[in-house]
Amino acid sequence: MTTKTKKSKTVKWGEEPKIGWMEAMYLPAVFSGVATAIKHVMEGKTMTRQYPEVEPEIPANYRGIHRLNRDEEGRVKCVACYMCQTACPANCIEIIAAPAPKDDPHWKDRDKYPASFVLDELRCIYCGMCEEACPVDAIELTSVYDLTGMTREEMLFDKEKLLSVFDETVNSGKDPVRTNRGQLGPASEVAATAKQGPPPPGRGRPG
Amino acid sequence: MPKVIVNDVEIEADSKDNCILAARKAGVEIPHYCWHEELSVVASCRMCLVEVGEKKPDGTIVMGPKLVPGCQTPIKDGTVIRTDSQKVKTSQGQTLEFLLLNHPLDCSICDQAGECYLQDYTYKYGKAKSRLDEPKIQREDKYHIGEQIALFTDRCVMCTRCVRFTREISGTAELQVVARGSHEEIDVFPDQPCNNKLAGNVVDLCPVGALCSKDFLYKKRVWWLKSADSVCTGCSTGCSIHVDQNEDKIYRLRPRANPEAQGHFMCDEGRFGFKYIHSENRILAPRIAGTSGASANAAGTVSLNDVSFADPWKMTLDATRKKIKDSLEASGSTFMVVFSPFMTVEEAYLLASYAKKVDTKVRLVLGPVPVAGEDDCYPKGPDGSAPEPSKVKFTIRAEKCPNRLGVEAVLRHFQGEVLHLDRIANLAKATVVYVVGGYPSEWATPGVLAAIGTPSLLIVQDIFESPLSQKANIVLAAGSFAERDGTYVNHAGLAQSTNAAIRSPGEARADGRILFDLAERKGLFNAMSLRKEIGAAIPALKVLAAGDLGEKGLRLNAQIKQPVAAR
Repeated sequence: MTTKTKKSKTVKWGEEPKIGWMEAMYLPAVFSGVATAIKHVMEGKTMTRQYPEVEPEIPANYRGIHRLNRDEEGRVKCVACYMCQTACPANCIEIIAAPAPKDDPHWKDRDKYPASFVLDELRCIYCGMCEEACPVDAIELTSVYDLTGMTREEMLFDKEKLLSVFDETVNSGKDPVRTNRGQLGPASEVAATAKQGPPPPGRGRPG
Repeated sequence: MPKVIVNDVEIEADSKDNCILAARKAGVEIPHYCWHEELSVVASCRMCLVEVGEKKPDGTIVMGPKLVPGCQTPIKDGTVIRTDSQKVKTSQGQTLEFLLLNHPLDCSICDQAGECYLQDYTYKYGKAKSRLDEPKIQREDKYHIGEQIALFTDRCVMCTRCVRFTREISGTAELQVVARGSHEEIDVFPDQPCNNKLAGNVVDLCPVGALCSKDFLYKKRVWWLKSADSVCTGCSTGCSIHVDQNEDKIYRLRPRANPEAQGHFMCDEGRFGFKYIHSENRILAPRIAGTSGASANAAGTVSLNDVSFADPWKMTLDATRKKIKDSLEASGSTFMVVFSPFMTVEEAYLLASYAKKVDTKVRLVLGPVPVAGEDDCYPKGPDGSAPEPSKVKFTIRAEKCPNRLGVEAVLRHFQGEVLHLDRIANLAKATVVYVVGGYPSEWATPGVLAAIGTPSLLIVQDIFESPLSQKANIVLAAGSFAERDGTYVNHAGLAQSTNAAIRSPGEARADGRILFDLAERKGLFNAMSLRKEIGAAIPALKVLAAGDLGEKGLRLNAQIKQPVAAR
């Protein structure tokens, strides 16, 4: 070492443990390994996972493929705010927004909706930033992990496919609508605000 | 120059400044909604309340007992402005809390999010929480305000900038405040929508997302737009603009405040007139009549690490140079170059100097200068009449091109006079013609075709297919204004620089690059260094020698101004 920099002083150098003759023979280690193997055989417990016949338990915070949630009226909850697309580090979301069809009474209380919502499940890194960024709790990651496809094109999930993931998973018991952070203004829950009605007397006023 | 003390910093302000402008000079922002430099003062939003006092001659400072609106308070020598005291901060927080009482906070679907003053000021000066427990008042959106304007009524903060704009700048007074108190709303008279030619400006003026452009509505979130400083090419006013683009697609044009050029605004004709850039009719690649794409490899290849790539531009420009040279060697041949008033000064200079070098007897001609109607001046009177000349605040010029004066100055330098295409009919027809287009609409009229005639070699450099490009021997795919770097000289002789915002579609190239390569100049096209060269070469354009024209542009000397040629 030619120079001792300030940085090298802060590094702690580990010493290799000294091996005695007993360890150098390796025989004690071999015997303890064999003992462990024999112990497992005697226990008779199956360690093999019978996948795909038996599916594994997926933890509740597992980040699998995405879904687009529906609101109470069955419409896509997404308001096409592009927050997920902005937050996405892998650039896998592509939204095309459009004014909601105002003539349709079904869409009367909505201003903006995603005319197209395409998510590239292959490009996605499953980090969950989209879920975190969504102000209306529309996009969520489910526990579905076994995603396969024959072509790249079919791994581009469009709005209908993402909604169908919601339909399939929401009642499965594994993926209830997880995020529900309450009202965030009319953009998220217009209907709820309208249904609220007048506040109870005295509420919010001091005294 | 009165001296003003802003937060303990003494600066020199203009005697006509109000507190907001004086503070701006000290680098201090006083938040405001209703005040705008070009509009009258109403002091209604109460966002700019500041502490104002006076420094007495004996050095003592006496502050006023109450907060005063910064927009309405003029300054004088010794005025003391405080914007950072607790009193001011409390007032700002409370004002914002009131403004946000019924504001829907639908930022996630609001087009203004990202450039919204309510967002910005709330972040800087506001409170994190609302104490309102009552449900917010929700109002109907109004899509009937104008052809280009939608009003999201519940987002409005009642600054009345838009109302004052239609009364004071456009003079058409379509917008107004109806009802009172918390029922106040912006609206138009029944069946009298706000469709004047300056209507799009109310969208820019709106500090929040209440007035939105229907054209831009939900097209793009603003934080993805990258903007380039440019100049509108719609008319010879040459409004300074921002070109907002994302991935080579232009989404909107916004006026850029420039008191030298047009002020703070722009007309709807220019604002929405950029869409031809993305037309499907654009010429996407250069071509030589009578050759197929395969022959492009023969001469025009570029080698990089022993791998050859076809370079259609190199091939086409080599062929162009050769054909011009060959054709001019034939006896009795004459050369004519038709310039477009949509060219920048740099492009005109490159082409004129190249043509002069090839043939000293070349005829340099200015192509058709589009003129439509009369100059349209604002504010209009109640009967729609034009204002007195001294009261004009905005003018849409009849001359619908950005750079007639600049191109004429170049032609006058190289040729001594400016020939017009429609007045050369009696002259002998040229055998070699180089035509530059770049017009946003169809310009190859029968008159133009007749004036050009049927030369033995016709080279057309244009952005759209036209009868002229159909019969051309060589077609060069040029760029629109948003793809060019260069200089435009407006009607008043103001030279402004314009910057490329997007890349050209397909193989098309900005005219400057084409002409730079055609002239076989060394290096790459660079507008700034060319400006320096032009400034040194052409006395009439001497100010261009500065190279950098700044954001506001530089004025040329007065004699450059020439009236529109009589037809």
